[in-house]
Amino acid sequence: MLAQFLQYLFSGITIGATYALAALGFTMIYNASTVINFAQGEFIMLGGMLAVMFQQAGFPLPLAVLLAIIVPSLVGVLMEKMVVEPVRSADTVNIIIITIGASLVIRGVVQVVFGKGAFMLSSFSGDTPVEIGGAMIMPQSFWVIGVSALVVVGLWYFFTRTLTGKAMLATSFNRTAAELVGINTSWVLWMSFAMSAAVGALGGVLVTPLTMTSYDSGIMLGLKGFVAAVVGGLGSGAGALVGGLLVGVLEAMGAGYLSSSYKDALPFVLILLILFFLPRGLFGSRQTERV
Amino acid sequence: MIRPVILRPMALRPATLGLVALAVLVLVLPLVISNSFYLDLVIRIAINAIIVLGLNLLIGFAGQISFGHAGFLGIGAYASAVLPTHFGWPPLLALIAGAAAAAALAAVMAWPIFRLKGHYLAMATLGLGIILNLIFRNEASYTGGPDGMAVPAMELFGLQLSRDRQWYWVIAALLLVSVWASLNIIDSPFGRALRALHGSDVAARVVGVDIARYKMAIFVMSATFASIMGSITAHYVGFVTPNIADFFHSVELVTMVVVGGMASVFGSLLGAVLLTILPQALATFEGWETVAFGAILILCMIFMPRGLLPTLAARLGSLRFAVARLRAGRSAGESDS
Repeated sequence: MLAQFLQYLFSGITIGATYALAALGFTMIYNASTVINFAQGEFIMLGGMLAVMFQQAGFPLPLAVLLAIIVPSLVGVLMEKMVVEPVRSADTVNIIIITIGASLVIRGVVQVVFGKGAFMLSSFSGDTPVEIGGAMIMPQSFWVIGVSALVVVGLWYFFTRTLTGKAMLATSFNRTAAELVGINTSWVLWMSFAMSAAVGALGGVLVTPLTMTSYDSGIMLGLKGFVAAVVGGLGSGAGALVGGLLVGVLEAMGAGYLSSSYKDALPFVLILLILFFLPRGLFGSRQTERV
Repeated sequence: MIRPVILRPMALRPATLGLVALAVLVLVLPLVISNSFYLDLVIRIAINAIIVLGLNLLIGFAGQISFGHAGFLGIGAYASAVLPTHFGWPPLLALIAGAAAAAALAAVMAWPIFRLKGHYLAMATLGLGIILNLIFRNEASYTGGPDGMAVPAMELFGLQLSRDRQWYWVIAALLLVSVWASLNIIDSPFGRALRALHGSDVAARVVGVDIARYKMAIFVMSATFASIMGSITAHYVGFVTPNIADFFHSVELVTMVVVGGMASVFGSLLGAVLLTILPQALATFEGWETVAFGAILILCMIFMPRGLLPTLAARLGSLRFAVARLRAGRSAGESDS
């Protein structure tokens, strides 16, 4: 009983860590620009696919991983410069469609280059499961959870203790005021795209040895990352972390105890219930609308 | 000072003119088209156009986004597939039952959903659509699962609709009625209330619009529209798969609204025409069609953020104005000499 519960809990936290990284990506871009980047899932997919590609090309794993994070963040910057910057003042719907267009372009290119097959990345430190309280945990799970935790601590340090991070945070509170105190807000914008793409891609690289990857794996990962970001309340970093873990654990428990075919539906049921009772998520700001 | 003079010869309102032009087009098309491939394409365009008209009332006029509209299409399509096949219902009754179910679901969801705004509203409607899609995908004993199921032929008063030509007239009639109804709704007090919602909830409430009731009404209406068209699509194609209700289809529908022109009835038609033809035309690019589709979406949004028809209309308007000014200037010059 307990062993089974622990098994589900661990797999939930593992996938939840990936959702949390995706949700942090949504949050960073949302804070810098109030844009919801529907291409976030494609960065996750790109991370996994590129890691496989670079490893097959003969690069040692650490270098392959590094490249699989750098390339997507360049794609993120390119996307910001080419398609998001020109429409800064457009309607929400228009910007959503633009980011969906960008996600189609990325997914389409990957499909042409790699085909529609599924790809596997070898685990970072073997496939011998570790037993904890009767549950068998894959070593890769520890990589996912450990590195995600480091990223979260790193981001927390960056946004609260460094001048650059504080400048980005200031921009998210009030763009005009940030400009008035001399913050280069357009720099903040592309920086946030680069960081969110890098964080998403890292999540994709880490989880690929457990789940495999293919050109279309970013769609669901991205949507669930969006759910996680909204569960916590858009714009809240802590909310994204809690939201990601909550969505991951709920999904794993649902798959284990209820029905594995409906596990993909559970995050969306959760988000509808949360929005019905807390229209701004768990940690969303309670600010009132100015008329 | 100049523009009224230019516009005076057009005594007919542009909307009426457009409706008449559409009716003529609908009558002439079957005479011109002999190829069954093109007839099929025209029918698909018309079906999409009707769905997009309903969705544009919600998105373009009332300013409420829905990223789950394909879910309502799915309700209609599967009602028309499952009820006659497994329970022996007559197709027309199944269609009505589907529409009623979609309307009921929309009504129940409207109250909590429309307290939400912007991205939260997008999230909630997206979630609703995905849940519906997963139900169609997973209840394989009724729906055939991801492979889909056959749909029995539509029967109207003992007459079986089977040939493309018959479907053409049914769907063309529906299209004309939908355009006419949309134009009237927009000009009614109901339509003006919707446009007030688009501007600002608070302002609408201040001038006495019961915002919750109007949002619910328009959501229920567009969901019902979608469900009926889902049923008709299912009967016309003769087969239904869960893809009819997936997220990408919802996105396609929203794209038709936005690319054609938000809050523009004839823009909806244009959007449906372009985005139904586009994937067919791009299919020749062998693998690059997704990239091309995405790139076209981006370019449209960057260069024509208000949508094709409103942008073209504005261009045409300013062109006319420039020509008129040129003429006025010249005639003034002539009278001087």
